[in-house]
Amino acid sequence: MTALPPDIGRWFDGRGWAPRRHQLEMLEAARAGRHALLVAPTGAGKTLAGFLPTLADLVGDPPGGLHTLYISPLKALANDVRRNLLTPIEEMGLPIRVEARHGDTPHDRKVRQRQRPPHMLLTTPESLGLLISYPDSFELFSTLRTIVIDEVHAFALQKRGDLLNLAMARLQAIRPDLRRVALSATVADPEGYAKWLAPDADAASVEIVRGDPGAKAEIEILLPEGRVPWSGHSGRYAAPQVMEAIAKHRTTLVFCNTRSLAELIFQDLWKVNEDALPIGIHHGSLSVEARRKVESAMARGELRALVATASLDLGVDWGDVDCVVQMGAPKGSSRLLQRIGRSNHRLDEPSKAILVPGNRFEYLEARAALDAVEEGELDPDDFRDGSLDVLAQHLMACACAAPFEEGAMLAEVRSSAPYERLTGEAFTRELEYIESGGYALRAYDKFKRLTPELDEDGQTHWRVSHPKFVKQHRLNAGIIVDAPVLDVRFKNGRKLGTVEELFAASLSPGDTFFFSGMSLEVITIKDTDLLVRASSKEARIPTYMGARMPLSTNLADRVRGFLFDRTEWAAFPEDVEEWLSVQGQRSVLPRPGELLVETFPHQDRHFMVTYSFEGWNAHQSLGMLVTRRMESAGLKPIGFVANDYSFATYSLERVRDPAPLFSPDILTDEFVDWVQGSHLLKRAFREVAVIGGLVERQHPGKRKTGKQVTFSTDLIYDVLRRYEPDHLLMQAAWADARTKLTDVGRLANLLNRAADTMVHVDLDRVSPLAVPVLTLIGREHVAQGIVDDELLIEAESLAAIAMAAD
Amino acid sequence: MVPFSFSGHKFFALPQAALFWPARRALLVADLHFEKASWFARLGQMLPPYDSMATLADLEALVAATDARELWCLGDSFHDSDGIDRMPADACARLEALTEKLDWTWITGNHDAAFAGRCGGRVIDEAEVDGLVLRHEADTAETRPELSGHFHPKLRLTVRGKRVSRRCFVATERKLILPAFGALTGGLDAGHPEIVRAVGPDAEALVPVSDRMLRFPLAA
Repeated sequence: MTALPPDIGRWFDGRGWAPRRHQLEMLEAARAGRHALLVAPTGAGKTLAGFLPTLADLVGDPPGGLHTLYISPLKALANDVRRNLLTPIEEMGLPIRVEARHGDTPHDRKVRQRQRPPHMLLTTPESLGLLISYPDSFELFSTLRTIVIDEVHAFALQKRGDLLNLAMARLQAIRPDLRRVALSATVADPEGYAKWLAPDADAASVEIVRGDPGAKAEIEILLPEGRVPWSGHSGRYAAPQVMEAIAKHRTTLVFCNTRSLAELIFQDLWKVNEDALPIGIHHGSLSVEARRKVESAMARGELRALVATASLDLGVDWGDVDCVVQMGAPKGSSRLLQRIGRSNHRLDEPSKAILVPGNRFEYLEARAALDAVEEGELDPDDFRDGSLDVLAQHLMACACAAPFEEGAMLAEVRSSAPYERLTGEAFTRELEYIESGGYALRAYDKFKRLTPELDEDGQTHWRVSHPKFVKQHRLNAGIIVDAPVLDVRFKNGRKLGTVEELFAASLSPGDTFFFSGMSLEVITIKDTDLLVRASSKEARIPTYMGARMPLSTNLADRVRGFLFDRTEWAAFPEDVEEWLSVQGQRSVLPRPGELLVETFPHQDRHFMVTYSFEGWNAHQSLGMLVTRRMESAGLKPIGFVANDYSFATYSLERVRDPAPLFSPDILTDEFVDWVQGSHLLKRAFREVAVIGGLVERQHPGKRKTGKQVTFSTDLIYDVLRRYEPDHLLMQAAWADARTKLTDVGRLANLLNRAADTMVHVDLDRVSPLAVPVLTLIGREHVAQGIVDDELLIEAESLAAIAMAAD
Repeated sequence: MVPFSFSGHKFFALPQAALFWPARRALLVADLHFEKASWFARLGQMLPPYDSMATLADLEALVAATDARELWCLGDSFHDSDGIDRMPADACARLEALTEKLDWTWITGNHDAAFAGRCGGRVIDEAEVDGLVLRHEADTAETRPELSGHFHPKLRLTVRGKRVSRRCFVATERKLILPAFGALTGGLDAGHPEIVRAVGPDAEALVPVSDRMLRFPLAA
């Protein structure tokens, strides 16, 4: 067994602690000079395990220079870790300097950090991406020994992960014996993450260290009076019972799937909070100050409950939480586990969680999640190829630091796991894109951002043409492209947070909405401010556009299993069991592999409900495509609604044979057409155009508002689609649209098996299984892709009615 | 094409953001902003260099569809006064073919004030045609009926949770502002105070759809 250095050993002894097995194994991996991935549940002392080798290295007389980079997905986490790290360092009496660096770090400190670096620098993927754009980065990183990536599961598979991975390739080129370390929550595919972490995607070079599993979580499903409602997806009906749970525990986290739901639940809880217990709210749209205030109240143990969204999914450690409530369905088992992990950071005590399903399908989903957690089944990790827009940003950063030789840079980029399959041709296109837009019509040779130069050996070196492009790059680099937002402010100027422009546009003066736990009345919209006053009137809900997490495939499979396997039903509440058995009598309970399609008349309309279980995103897309086919077939569709489990179309004519509506050629014939014409691709294009550096990002106080950015990228998209539809950024936008926006993979699976597995049942009335989705009619927003003309005509007629003279 | 009348003259509003005047067989367009992309490219934003091509193709199609004899550009035809020097040769040739074929008038705007009209057509500051004043930017002191551009009006609405945004005309009894025609021209909200100030009270945003004109009253 590896022994701790005496100073560190004494510190452990002094606290009455012993190092854990996985902490020592991490130390051992470091001594052997191997990369390491630690997979352990929350509360296992992961962060200390990540730093221990660095502390051991720096005990005694540390040499100058940067030794360790710590990368966190959140600024707040970097700050938090700094605090938690400083305590042991002080107590051990180690002469180690630790500093944080991120977007909020003052400029002079950033300059000083580059000139006189600390031993340990805590930062984010974006800040690291900027650091490597400076010429002095070669010197700064020449002493670097270790990079530690915290919460790697939270962002490795996203664009921020691409950016970080490319940055690691750069660091490795500067410092070949750099050791890579990643810390992860429990994941389904540690090998996949090891491959992601390793230089050249060589998983064998990574030591995978597994933490001991914590005590099994105690999860219960909350059913007030043993009943589950037909509709809804929020669990709002259970507010009194959730309040009871809050009263019974020390500190409770109440997780909601969307920001708007969080606002709503907060209001509901407040109404039944008879003892006026201190409860707070936390989500990504609140102002930084509002969030900090709640976070510190939480840290001081002053709150009994905090209503939160995914903004709290990551590690900030608040010790005393002893109960986690999940409102609505959890959507995936990994996410549920991570949320539960926020409670009780002591491994030996079980975490406690309460699930509040919103409807009967969600009840099945909650059961599925419970079983999955019990069996340790996690959601699949979807590793994908790196994004082309991120690569463009990275290459420009490299060029800003120093000219690079083309062949060497290609090899460096390919050593980054997400880009190991990048072709030479694709790489050339990237360079041409950065150089002058990469257009077939070479119109901008006069305005090049990069200049290629041949050396004596015939190698091409690329350098930035003018210092102004370096400045431009640093101002615009970054991965997160926010939706255009308006600041919510009181008249005295105090900022409460932001709402998306789309939502603000639907408000008129006098309207009220929930925000930051208050009911606010709109005074007016002025420039980029939404001016409000506090109101005692009943409020509407803010509707943020934020992406919706679709049901994971493994939970979907389990829910399908429940439908068919009657032996499970005994454990269900009576009304759920009754719901399923009546479905069995009236219609069909599909076998796990079957695609059930029901048709029935209801209120002068003909309905078709498809139980495909492919998640909300895929169903939205399919709903659009199928209604378009119905239109061509003369079935006169009126609309459709979708949830995670099914989607329903309604039309004036009856669907007699659904099979032709679901043939796989829909993906070749109609899908491309639809995506190009809809706003999906424009939305995706906007993001890749900013990340890829085609257009400048919005800067506070600078001319562009988010509105103008949206606008001009839409026009650029239209022109590009017309003249160069295969442009690199169009490819990047398509890649995003396919994966993130439409879930086309799941769609394709469904359509490919539709012909063989479809079970069509024609009924004389609505079936029990159809009720949850049908109750959405009239409450859902219109789907992406409906023809704008129709909406404009509708708006005019409404305006006409409203404005009509009596 | 949607027929509508303005100050006693019959026009057709085209969904392509142009106006056709059947009595004169004249097309009216505003704010073409040729070579806007290359203007940005100079500053390091490499926008697709196809905007002049796209705008020209749209113009050619309109000319063919309407069999127009005259064409009036209501200013800001080039994004900047040097724009014409950056225009690719084939685009220039296509533009010259158009200006030769039609009775073509460039009215100058604030972006292209020094524009010399090197691709044919005549260049003037403003015009009065059959009792209608044509100029780049609406003049609040003008008492005659007036057609202008400059503001790039756009109607933005949220309908059932979805944002719809469309180039539009803004009209009062004696003033008509045309939408921007250029492929890369952005827009200003039709209800923006600057637009409302320029046209005066009782303004409407007009949006031609396939067979009719949608009218949206703008708050003063």
